[in-house]
Amino acid sequence: MKPATLRRGAYWVMHYFLISLYVLAALFPLFWLLKVSVTPEMLLYSEGVRLWPSEASWEHYTSVLRHTDFPIFFENSVIVSVMTAVGVTLVASGAGYALSRFTFPGKYWLVGLMLITQMFPLVMLISPIFKLFAPLHLTNSLTGLIVVYSAFNVPFATFLMQSFFDGIPKDLEEAAMIDGDTRFGAFRKIALPLTLPGIAATLGFVFTAAWSELLFALMLISKTDKSTFPVGLLSFISKFSVDFGQMMAAGIIALIPAFLFFVLIQKYLVRGLTAGAVKG
Amino acid sequence: MASIEITGVSKSYGAVKVLHGMDLAIADGEFIVLVGPSGCGKSTLLRMIAGLEAIGAGTIRIGGAVVNDLAPKDRDIAMVFQSYALYPHMTVADNMSYSLRLRRTPKERLGEALAETARILGLQPLLQRRPRALSGGQRQRVAMGRAIVRKPKAFLFDEPLSNLDARLREQMRAEIKKLHRSLGATSVYVTHDQIEAMTMADRIVALHDGVVQQVGTPLEIYDRPANVFVAGFIGSPAMNFLTGSLSANGAGAAIRLGGLTLPVKLSAPSAAEQPILLGIRPEHIEVAEGPDAPIEARVDLVEPMGVTTLLHANLGGEDLKILSLDRPRLVPGAPVRLRFPEGRLHLFDAATGKRIG
Repeated sequence: MKPATLRRGAYWVMHYFLISLYVLAALFPLFWLLKVSVTPEMLLYSEGVRLWPSEASWEHYTSVLRHTDFPIFFENSVIVSVMTAVGVTLVASGAGYALSRFTFPGKYWLVGLMLITQMFPLVMLISPIFKLFAPLHLTNSLTGLIVVYSAFNVPFATFLMQSFFDGIPKDLEEAAMIDGDTRFGAFRKIALPLTLPGIAATLGFVFTAAWSELLFALMLISKTDKSTFPVGLLSFISKFSVDFGQMMAAGIIALIPAFLFFVLIQKYLVRGLTAGAVKG
Repeated sequence: MASIEITGVSKSYGAVKVLHGMDLAIADGEFIVLVGPSGCGKSTLLRMIAGLEAIGAGTIRIGGAVVNDLAPKDRDIAMVFQSYALYPHMTVADNMSYSLRLRRTPKERLGEALAETARILGLQPLLQRRPRALSGGQRQRVAMGRAIVRKPKAFLFDEPLSNLDARLREQMRAEIKKLHRSLGATSVYVTHDQIEAMTMADRIVALHDGVVQQVGTPLEIYDRPANVFVAGFIGSPAMNFLTGSLSANGAGAAIRLGGLTLPVKLSAPSAAEQPILLGIRPEHIEVAEGPDAPIEARVDLVEPMGVTTLLHANLGGEDLKILSLDRPRLVPGAPVRLRFPEGRLHLFDAATGKRIG
């Protein structure tokens, strides 16, 4: 073999070796989650460290679904995350479009203000928000969570959507308006379909943020029937023991919606994240 | 089809004034080219006619009706953008029929209009393609088709050819002109390319710094530029300018350039001695021999271009371009004798830049 071919081969091996290393490291915890979730209770501590238990069973899954409040947590999480994702994306599309296309008095300050909201650690804001929400009966309520999540996600989502709208030439909407459309018609029929990848990316981003949020869910909600699943996961940790098997099974179940969601939007997401990278 | 009247139209962005009280009457079916360097306000004017830009002051009428406060969709004009602005998520057919669908045109009529336009532009095999699967020239054609299909009152073109390569530009230039002949639609065409302006226009409007410099047919503008700006902008290679002075000389007048005196026919010089700019186009300077050619310059550079040869010469420190159809055997550094035919001289006031005589 020629040295050049050899060198290219060596690079190839190196390339894939490093990528596999990374993928392995990133996915191993997930694998461990799965492994523990299917290990029967009696083998959990007795078998030592093994990559796969000598015997697998669904017992943790059935007990999580039948004997715990986990289905309620799961349902609450779905409600909160979907509502937040859809609401935020709607608002952010409109706001992002406005920031991208129009000049209006105070625009500069508005953007600055939105940026400021992103500067504070959330922990700082918990007590004031609690204080505000209690008289409004928004504590112990899913609506309260949706409001908080939306408030914190709208600014970033708006900037995200704005950048997607910035990537769409103004000419297209102007052409549509000359063709006989209204400004809103041009937005709906021309700009919006072209930002689908951006919308998918925003939906995905907000959905995951809301789905895995723990801090506010823990602080604003004390009743079991309103808890979301990250809080629910904590309930598997009791004073004297940790029920690892059920906790992992619950974790696997909690992954499903996020997984499905990303499978659905991945086609747009990949386009969205690379959009504008090359002239098309 | 309709006429367009622009009366006293101004436009400012903050403190920057881009159009200064402009007046222009465009006749029904006329092909007007707005030409000028970038930033002269030509695109702003076009966008104001289209309704994409608010009109600062003055009025714009299309077909006799004031359109100042009408939305673009209600002006019934079509526009071809420099970027083509084809809707990327729609097929060629959908792109072209978009306006008709918005107007709820019956399906049959829509189909006919689409087929007819596609036939005129040779787009039939491309109708089901998306814009990304088209070449630059094809995209341009679709953009034209989208404008033609709805038979608007007027066409607006915003530098539609500047994204095409030279050969294609030449071809599309001729096609647009032919199309205009057959459709007879009022057209306003914006370009910074003076060749496009010359070849396509019924009348050229030369703009500079938001002010109309001259309005006229291409040859009027070429032969009798109203001022130094128009003279220098229209024509390629550009007109030569030499500084000199104009003085009374018996019955007529004479131009003094350094040590050189050229007689000119002028009714009456306004002042005894007046500083001027003498303009002469490169193709009008004659390379000659003997007493007939009194001007001596030195050759700096010879650029053979096939049909013509472009000579760069130095005349008393000033750069002079000469376009010659013969192929003069000259080398850089050599002296060259020149003649400025009297009828080909353009005289401009050195202070105001305005044409004299």
